Amino acid sequence: MPALEDYKGGIPAWCPGCGNFNILNTFKEAVVELGMEPHQFTVVSGIGQAAKFPHYLKCNTFNGLHGRSLPVATGLKLANHEMTVVAVTGDGDCYGEGGNHLLHAIRRNIGVKLFVHDNQIYGLTKGQASPTSMEGIKTKNQPLGVFSEQLNPMTLAIALDCSFVARGFAGDAAHLKGLMKEAMKQEGFSLVDILQPCVTFNKINTFEWYRQRVYHLEPEYNPEDRVEAFRRSLEWGDRIPLGVLFRNNRPAYEKRISIIEDSPLVRHAFDISKVEAALKEFY
Amino acid sequence: MDYTIKIGGEAGQGIQTIGDTLGLVFARSGYHVFTHQDYESRVRGGHNVFQIRFSDHPVMASKDRVDIIVALDRESIVNYEKELTEYGQIIYDSMSLKKKHERQQFLDIPFVKLAVEHGGSKIMANTVAVGAVMGMIGMELEMLLAILKDTFKKKGEEVIRQNAAAAMAGHDYAVKQCIKCSFAAAPLAKPKMLIAGNDAIGLGAVASGCKFYSAYPMTPSTGIMNYIAGKETAYGIIVEQAEDEIAAINMALGASFAGVRAMTGTSGGGFALMVEGLSLAAMTETPVVIALAQRPGPATGLPTRTEQGELQFALHAAHGEFPRVIFAPGTPEQAFYLTNKAFDLAEKYQIPVIILTDQYLADSQWTYEGFDTGRLKYTDYRLRGDAFRNLSDYKRHAFTDDGVSPLAVPGDAKHVVVTDSDEHDEEGHIIEDAGTRVKMAEKRMSRKLPDIIKEIEPPHYYGDPEAEVVLAGWGSTFGVMKEAVGLLSSGRKTAMLHFSELYPLPATDRFDYLRILKAAKIGICIENNLTGQFARLFRAETGYEFTHQINRYDGRPFTLEYLTGEMDARIGRL
Ligand SMILES: Cc1ncc(C[n+]2csc(CCOP(=O)(O)OP(=O)(O)O)c2C)c(N)n1
Ligand SMILES: [Mg+2]
Repeated sequence: MPALEDYKGGIPAWCPGCGNFNILNTFKEAVVELGMEPHQFTVVSGIGQAAKFPHYLKCNTFNGLHGRSLPVATGLKLANHEMTVVAVTGDGDCYGEGGNHLLHAIRRNIGVKLFVHDNQIYGLTKGQASPTSMEGIKTKNQPLGVFSEQLNPMTLAIALDCSFVARGFAGDAAHLKGLMKEAMKQEGFSLVDILQPCVTFNKINTFEWYRQRVYHLEPEYNPEDRVEAFRRSLEWGDRIPLGVLFRNNRPAYEKRISIIEDSPLVRHAFDISKVEAALKEFY
Repeated sequence: MDYTIKIGGEAGQGIQTIGDTLGLVFARSGYHVFTHQDYESRVRGGHNVFQIRFSDHPVMASKDRVDIIVALDRESIVNYEKELTEYGQIIYDSMSLKKKHERQQFLDIPFVKLAVEHGGSKIMANTVAVGAVMGMIGMELEMLLAILKDTFKKKGEEVIRQNAAAAMAGHDYAVKQCIKCSFAAAPLAKPKMLIAGNDAIGLGAVASGCKFYSAYPMTPSTGIMNYIAGKETAYGIIVEQAEDEIAAINMALGASFAGVRAMTGTSGGGFALMVEGLSLAAMTETPVVIALAQRPGPATGLPTRTEQGELQFALHAAHGEFPRVIFAPGTPEQAFYLTNKAFDLAEKYQIPVIILTDQYLADSQWTYEGFDTGRLKYTDYRLRGDAFRNLSDYKRHAFTDDGVSPLAVPGDAKHVVVTDSDEHDEEGHIIEDAGTRVKMAEKRMSRKLPDIIKEIEPPHYYGDPEAEVVLAGWGSTFGVMKEAVGLLSSGRKTAMLHFSELYPLPATDRFDYLRILKAAKIGICIENNLTGQFARLFRAETGYEFTHQINRYDGRPFTLEYLTGEMDARIGRL
């Protein structure tokens, strides 16, 4: 069985007190509890403070380009669906630069687990508005305030019939760990948006700000009721729901591809003698 | 025997069907065939052309002079009548075109009426036309009947019988009515294979163990995706239509990282979107093959026409310094073998390899005796299974003498596989220190490059060994250059140099092509672009400046008469 020490990685280049630390520690605990070993999964990430995540851990890693973690993760999962593939990104990375990929990853229902460190700001580039920044907030680059409406990733994902839609909070580790484990167990595409206070550039959405507003979805809440999930996902402001907002049983994309039914693509041997048949078709 | 048939009409009228069927008939009859297409970016209407040249000696380019025109619209008559050879004939259906032509080069064949009377439906008018062409050149119908049987196998006996009747009706009509026809088909020979550039790349990928192809449709590259998608089940290949080209290349990189051979393909606009991904392939040293099928730009340009306008783009695309290989096949045969070599080099050196083609090559069909799978190379350079498990230690980007570090399949052993688009250390983790940066940059570029250059074959040389006039070119101009050399050699000592392994430029130690150019009085660079991009590259790399350049940039390919005409103009002037 793996232990926490097996996951020791580099020293994080995050600001002291950043919400990312809690997410990292929680993730390590979750994989240990799931009995996953470092070589059994791959973290694909983009660029941003959040996206440095896999370097502070021990696991297979593809730290790619800003906004492009999902297509890399998709290709990886299609080539080896026995590998657990986790995409770790930020709100700018995933909802801004990579927005189109998110729509289509959800549509495909590729079996990738997406964890978004949502600090409602561009951290690494030092404090510009992100798609989840609240309307009206002022930054160096938006001195008149943000005019665009805040993106609600939960509502968006539910509208697209995403197979697993959840929200966690970096300040609520025990709850977040449960979400991470459930997301990992889901067959299809899972989105976990994690509220992550940025202690340096976001002076509004602080630990305290979130603590005053978040609440756990009540035990009777039925995440399979899409209309109710949609309604509940609209909640933001005074009350912000945490938990699994929505889930369904759509089969994962890779499960529908007959040629990899028996074994992952990466284990298929190449037999050059079969090529003669393709050549014959040109006569 | 060397005949050219031009089929002209609106999109959707069946030009493609007639052209494909005739091409197949001629190839199976053992003739050498060359076809090319010129079409508009629309699904219906407009005016499109399918041109077929066939002969009993090798043919590898289109001609401007046409022997038979199959006119399915009036435009074909207006536009191409002047291209007819002395004994050329135009066949048309005066009832469909609502116009009768009395001159002797016109032969009015009631395609639709014969189709209805003999085949039972006007859909078979195209089959009548095919039969008529065969009648005009004095070919028997057996080969065609066999092809119709294959084509309509799924539709049943009745449809096959009706089409056969329609073909015979067209054939008999032409035999009786074409009193002016003086064409004579050469005796039949061993059937040949008929293949277009795009199919050859697709086939080359399948034959190289490509397991993953992700792309976003864009003419003229889409044919590659179509071909490979058709082989998905039989050859165990996943073909994924990505949401855009950015996703396409990133998916291919994800699949390649996971341990399978991966490829993507696009045209200029899509390649522009892939550029950051190209850089990512370089930084993470993840093998990938990219087919870049050019069409005239800038922007959307002429979507269905041809140009060689992206050589400099392919050379310089992406930020940062890293090695790349660019191949520019000149024929479907070269496209097949070079696609195989592209995979081999991409995997061996963990670099991106670009296959640069264009609409002309993509859609042109050539005939061959066959391709030899024995010439293909397949070496699995990856570290898998036990070989990986038995290592005591593993670093994805370990420093080695030749710059190539072991490329392991993640998950096969307890060791983790780590890579990063940021500069990284040997393990693959993000770093910022200057020393590691320098070593990594050298590992990726300087250490690998000398070995990569050794892999590059010299250019193809053809013609007089002591040539006074040397034609140089790259990519799809191969065929027209070769035929032109044949024609021009009677007057002057002429030769050609064709670069299909384009970049890095081949070294001169095995074959000193620079000496040949310098010894010649005239060195002409032929390019399907405005600015002479290869000539520029050549001068930058070798210092040699071509004495002349011939450039065509109207979106159309070089034809034999066009090229020899330009040549005569240049050489005559000296
Ligand atoms: C193509 C490209 N554009 C811009 C950048 C610069 N950039 C790096 S990270 C980032 C935003 C990061 O924000 P987010 O994803 O929210 O991550 P955070 O740092 O907040 O965790 C930007 C704009 C880049 N690296 N690449
Ligand atoms: Mg952020």
